Amino acid sequence: MEDQLLDKSVIETGEMILNMGPQHPSTHGVLRLKIHTDGEIVSKIEPIIGYLHRCFEKHCEQLPYEQIVPFTDRCDYLASMHMDHAFSITVEKLLDIELPERVEYIRVIVAELQRIASHLIAVGAFGLDVGAITPFTWTLRDRERILDLFETLCGARLLYNYIWPGGVSHDLPPLFVERTLKFLDYFDPQIDELNDLLTTNKIFIERSADVGVIPADIGINFGVSGPSLRGSGVNFDLRKNEPYSIYGKFDFDVPIGKGEMGTVGDCWDRYYVRVLEMRESAKIIRQACAQLPAGDVHVAMPKKIRPDIGEVYGRYESARGDVGFYIISNGKNIPLRVKMRSPAFCNLSILSEISEGWMISDVIAILGSLDIVLGEIDR
Amino acid sequence: MTFSKIQKHIESKTQSKISIEEGKEAVFVSPNNWIEIAQILINDSDLEFNYLMCISSYDKGDNKMYGVAYNFYSTNRQHYLEVRIEIEDGTPIPSIANIWRSADWHEREAYDMIGIVFEGHPNLKRILLSDDWEGYPLRKIFKEPDYYHGIPVPKDKSYWD
Amino acid sequence: MTSIVDSIQKTFWSTYVEFPFLFTGIIVIGGIVIFIVMAVNALIAVYFERKVSAFMQDRLGPMEVGILGFKGGKNFWGGIGQTLADAIKLLVKEDILPKDADKILMILSPFIIFTAALLTFIGVPFSQNFVISDFNIGLFYIVAMSSIGVIGIILAGWSSNNKWSLYGSMRAAAQIISYEIPIGLSLLLVVLVTGSLHLGDIVQWQENHRWFILHSPFTFMAFFIYFISVVAETNRTPFDIPEAESELVAGWMTEYSGFRWALFFLSEYANILIVCIVASIVFLGGWLSPLHLFNIFPASWDLLDGPVMGFFWIFFKAIMLIFVMMWFRWTFPRLRVDQLMYLCWKVFIPFALANLFLVSLWELII
Repeated sequence: MEDQLLDKSVIETGEMILNMGPQHPSTHGVLRLKIHTDGEIVSKIEPIIGYLHRCFEKHCEQLPYEQIVPFTDRCDYLASMHMDHAFSITVEKLLDIELPERVEYIRVIVAELQRIASHLIAVGAFGLDVGAITPFTWTLRDRERILDLFETLCGARLLYNYIWPGGVSHDLPPLFVERTLKFLDYFDPQIDELNDLLTTNKIFIERSADVGVIPADIGINFGVSGPSLRGSGVNFDLRKNEPYSIYGKFDFDVPIGKGEMGTVGDCWDRYYVRVLEMRESAKIIRQACAQLPAGDVHVAMPKKIRPDIGEVYGRYESARGDVGFYIISNGKNIPLRVKMRSPAFCNLSILSEISEGWMISDVIAILGSLDIVLGEIDR
Repeated sequence: MTFSKIQKHIESKTQSKISIEEGKEAVFVSPNNWIEIAQILINDSDLEFNYLMCISSYDKGDNKMYGVAYNFYSTNRQHYLEVRIEIEDGTPIPSIANIWRSADWHEREAYDMIGIVFEGHPNLKRILLSDDWEGYPLRKIFKEPDYYHGIPVPKDKSYWD
Repeated sequence: MTSIVDSIQKTFWSTYVEFPFLFTGIIVIGGIVIFIVMAVNALIAVYFERKVSAFMQDRLGPMEVGILGFKGGKNFWGGIGQTLADAIKLLVKEDILPKDADKILMILSPFIIFTAALLTFIGVPFSQNFVISDFNIGLFYIVAMSSIGVIGIILAGWSSNNKWSLYGSMRAAAQIISYEIPIGLSLLLVVLVTGSLHLGDIVQWQENHRWFILHSPFTFMAFFIYFISVVAETNRTPFDIPEAESELVAGWMTEYSGFRWALFFLSEYANILIVCIVASIVFLGGWLSPLHLFNIFPASWDLLDGPVMGFFWIFFKAIMLIFVMMWFRWTFPRLRVDQLMYLCWKVFIPFALANLFLVSLWELII
């Protein structure tokens, strides 16, 4: 019927290739998207990455193991504690050493605080992409408090170099635990305020519900992990399924997407999983602070890290998903090969598949809900 | 399933087309049998490796042999497997990009960094470096070019410290 | 209402000034008054917006730049001179025209938009005795003149030779043209009830009866349809898809900088002032004080009326409405293009048409 009304043979419509270039306010970094559109409807997206490639893996082949930690910081700069922690547990797997309890508890507290900070940016930036500017400033204000805590801890606000193979670099300063608990008391009502403003806002729901649905099996096939996969209803969290460190001792839930406002696996679900995860992280921090034992944090640090010949693949649940480090050692104090599997790399590869048939405004919303960091993708 | 059980299961299904090395928990496969074994890994109801986590390409350091390591995981059965393929320079490896879609970009990265060619890949071009780059950086014998588009590449970096 | 044009004409009629000189004199004086109003409005409105947005986002806004002896720093009005400093900066900026852009159209489009805003100001009263020209088709003239601005926006997007600007201007054209229909229908309601297009007559009717918004539930709904449609008409969030900052950088204004951008900005804030003044005149009683809400107070309480107080009341109501528009901008995300169009064509227009029908029934019966 439509074809009879609009004789397409007379009006020629062509495909337009739009370049959402490396510099753009909402591509979360230097990412280039070549979008093939028909008017406003997208038919294919080709992400072009590599603008932030800094040869991380080549550097690792020339540095001793303990000097690689600052470089891992700079891969995912919004969740640097997670990168340090992932690398450290991989090297400890290779060396097969046992860590004191206090070190494990400090690492868990710091990692969960970092998870809250990273999710605050993800949630705020997603609101910014959709057009709501105020929640972004509010989440950044709350993140400042976490960064202040980290500054008292190790002196740095963003790139910490704190978690080393064998322990941590400094012990907790005095009053750190009290300040953390005070922050958590301040933080819990802030999530309710954010929910009032953004999560249940009708316009926000219209923009993000039913948009960019990732079916669970396609998600796993593409290698999607983390909150993006949990938003599709897959109950998979490395902290519960393959516990590393001392996560087995804590009592927390794993939020998954249930399709409350639309289809299971849409942008709203991924966003809401992140909001709920912040609450769960707060729970874990409270439990860890209550059980924190005394002790020395430098006991297990090896004098020289010289692992035996072998390979290991270490997995870790960071704010964005499943981080993996594959280290091949040939017996020297410098690794033969370090490969970092970044979660955002796989999350970005699904973009073309799920944005077919949606409009350009939706592509921005989908990209915001996948929460990518280009430093991790390009390394 | 533990590693030895998985290895015995695959051996029974494929008439021993895989091999293992002493002390390593990895399965070694030759490029000719790779597609068949990949199909078994994903379709077999006892294995169900539906999640390909990472493909790492590495240079063994002797300027002759290169290797690719595949890390698999099963979200239903919660077991893990590492598969390795070691080849000489220039031998192509069949691509599994249409079995596990996550292999698409990972194989492009392996090609970009070490130069391993994957046959049957839908779009094998460089992903992290620019399209006109020459050489494969992660090889141990890689020498940085002197000039790139007219910009000199600094060789003496002692004044950086 | 007495108009400036008429009053100038009367004072000079007795002297023997030639008609062409009188004519140009009237035009020049009228133009200068409007330009001053637009410039002052832009200065105050931009500062107001920056402060309001800052306080809503838990920060402080401009704090450092002082003016005429008011020093910046700690007080919350610290940054008064910020907009003046920005305006001076924009005037001395380099004038960039992209190489492949259509130069004539690019130079022309800011002036078209500015002219549309200027022409609309001619019919807008600022008080009982202060209007540039007293049209007896006042309302019709305002709606007609404000729709000239669309041409400027389309030209701006097209001449920039930039795919993103084109997207922005296409969206803007569709949006502005569509949302003029609910505006027209809501204002038609007012004309239906009062029987005149003259703005002075409308306020007179409200003085004799009651404020229009409280006249019947249908006029109450008409006010809301009108208000949301003008938010869409002036491209403010949640309808700011043409200038969506996070998608299209600056939408159709991307390639403009310096003085041309200042003209766009001036016209945008002038448009906001115009529609808020029209809303306050037509629906909220114009220059009448709140004592006339239901018209139950005796005439001796008219202390709050008068020419000067009328000026105050119009601007007070208009500024309250402007504050609500700014509040919207910093609270809501933006609607997608098709959702915007759906809202206009499938929600507002049927409601506005039904409103029209029901109001005429109400007037007949009651």
